[in-house]
Amino acid sequence: MKLTTLEVISNRQLNPRTYELILSGDIPPVKSGQFADLAVKGWFLKRPFSIADCEGGRITVLYKAIGGGTREMAGWKKGDTTDALVCIGEGFDTSACLKPLLVGGGIGAAPLYLLAKEFNAMGITPDILLAFRDKEEAYYIDEFKALGNVYLSTDNGSLGYKGNALEALKYYNLEFDRYYACGPLPMLKAFAEYSRQGQLSLEARMGCGFGACMGCSIKTKGGPKRVCKEGPVFRADEVIF
Amino acid sequence: MDLRVNLLGYTLDNPVIPASGTFGFGYEFAEFYDINCLGSISLKGTTLEPRYGNPLPRIAECPSGLLNSIGLQNPGAQKVVTEELAKLGRVYGKKVIANVGGSAIDDYVQTASEFNNADSVFAIELNISCPNVKHGGMAFGTDPKVAAELVREVKKASTKPVMVKLSPNVTDITELAKAVEGAGADAVSLINTLVGMRIDLRTAKPILSAVSGGYSGPGVFPVALRMVYQVKKAVGIPVVGMGGIMTAYDVIEMMYAGAAAVMVGTANLVNPYACRDIIASLPRVMEELNISSLKEIIGRAHNG
Repeated sequence: MKLTTLEVISNRQLNPRTYELILSGDIPPVKSGQFADLAVKGWFLKRPFSIADCEGGRITVLYKAIGGGTREMAGWKKGDTTDALVCIGEGFDTSACLKPLLVGGGIGAAPLYLLAKEFNAMGITPDILLAFRDKEEAYYIDEFKALGNVYLSTDNGSLGYKGNALEALKYYNLEFDRYYACGPLPMLKAFAEYSRQGQLSLEARMGCGFGACMGCSIKTKGGPKRVCKEGPVFRADEVIF
Repeated sequence: MDLRVNLLGYTLDNPVIPASGTFGFGYEFAEFYDINCLGSISLKGTTLEPRYGNPLPRIAECPSGLLNSIGLQNPGAQKVVTEELAKLGRVYGKKVIANVGGSAIDDYVQTASEFNNADSVFAIELNISCPNVKHGGMAFGTDPKVAAELVREVKKASTKPVMVKLSPNVTDITELAKAVEGAGADAVSLINTLVGMRIDLRTAKPILSAVSGGYSGPGVFPVALRMVYQVKKAVGIPVVGMGGIMTAYDVIEMMYAGAAAVMVGTANLVNPYACRDIIASLPRVMEELNISSLKEIIGRAHNG
């Protein structure tokens, strides 16, 4: 973890609300599932975003412009700078997994991109299930197809199977020895109830982002844990929803 | 140039103390810098039993600050004494302040007593002003009679000097300060957070699960400064000033108002290096303002 200044290389709109932000700077090695905390001018707190990719001193952040801070970010231009904490938290555990299933809900697919690359580097082609509200919300489909077997679902059926992520998993008859899920809390809860053989990447409103304020502590079977410090990735069998 | 100040019989190398609740048990920050530069540390609020605190969300952003409703999450007094103090001791060589919370007088008394034999603790900070616990907390800090009784009982049980952390959520903070001074408090620290709330514009529901929380950050600095000034005038015991301090200039201003030392809170959450940076720039700011010794400027705004 490190506090640094990052420079905007590009900030590309992928769909009506989703953007791909590429930042460069002094970036230590990133493990998939770790996140960056970005400062936005005019806003008091930094904003946490999972790191979607990391290559050659650059990180990619995929974000949805929904609040004041992220709408401000949507206006960032090449050459703009931001103060950031990078490489925060404990990432995904890829050890002893030969048949991974990556499950992304909405913007939650972002950290799975780097995770899929890590599996590729291990010689594994993962199954990747991407669930969106509708076709308009989808992004990075081709990018994911380059890394694994992609299965799609949408709530309204406008892209792929019509249904939620867990229904789609059953429809496509996907098997796994471990799943890796990131998305809305109800989706994560449904997966944790469906199978304990998984890892969940959680989201929380954070204060500091580095373990000081206890603003993001969740309940687990091993006592309270901080999404920013012991997380954001937790074992599916430890989280108390 | 002399940055040292005295607080409750202990000499601090400088007046900057990270405020309770914004610095954990200290060692998290040792990942960022050598925390031995700090004057002291006020530890995360500790209760007799472990507490999880309030459900999420516990944080809401505000202009010039944030709201929190953590609810005194902590591992309980015994674990703090046996484990957290030991972990901190490996990275910090100076003495610290134990911040004690509770929901009944007995809780406070027992928790404060747990620190009696902790050599690394030079003072107890009694948190009678937490707005985020249902029973106790701020309730003890809004009624002068109740606050005085609590302080008397803790003073009987504790072998350490007792500093009382005051709430700004009262009509007249000097009434509380005078009441705890009369009950034997050795110092007061102020201000704790101001009660506030935010509502999510999309759902029309409060952002915080606890509905309201404590507002802190640079937005509260003028309020805190005014209260420190008033309390300094009203009592004879040392006043530790806090509330929105972000820079070395804020430290000087707070000391002019009457603070014998200062606590830096929310600044740590937006910049983990905040305390180190403030301490590093103090000599330059002192030179600029023609100050040779920080001890000499305490309460200077009250002169003439």
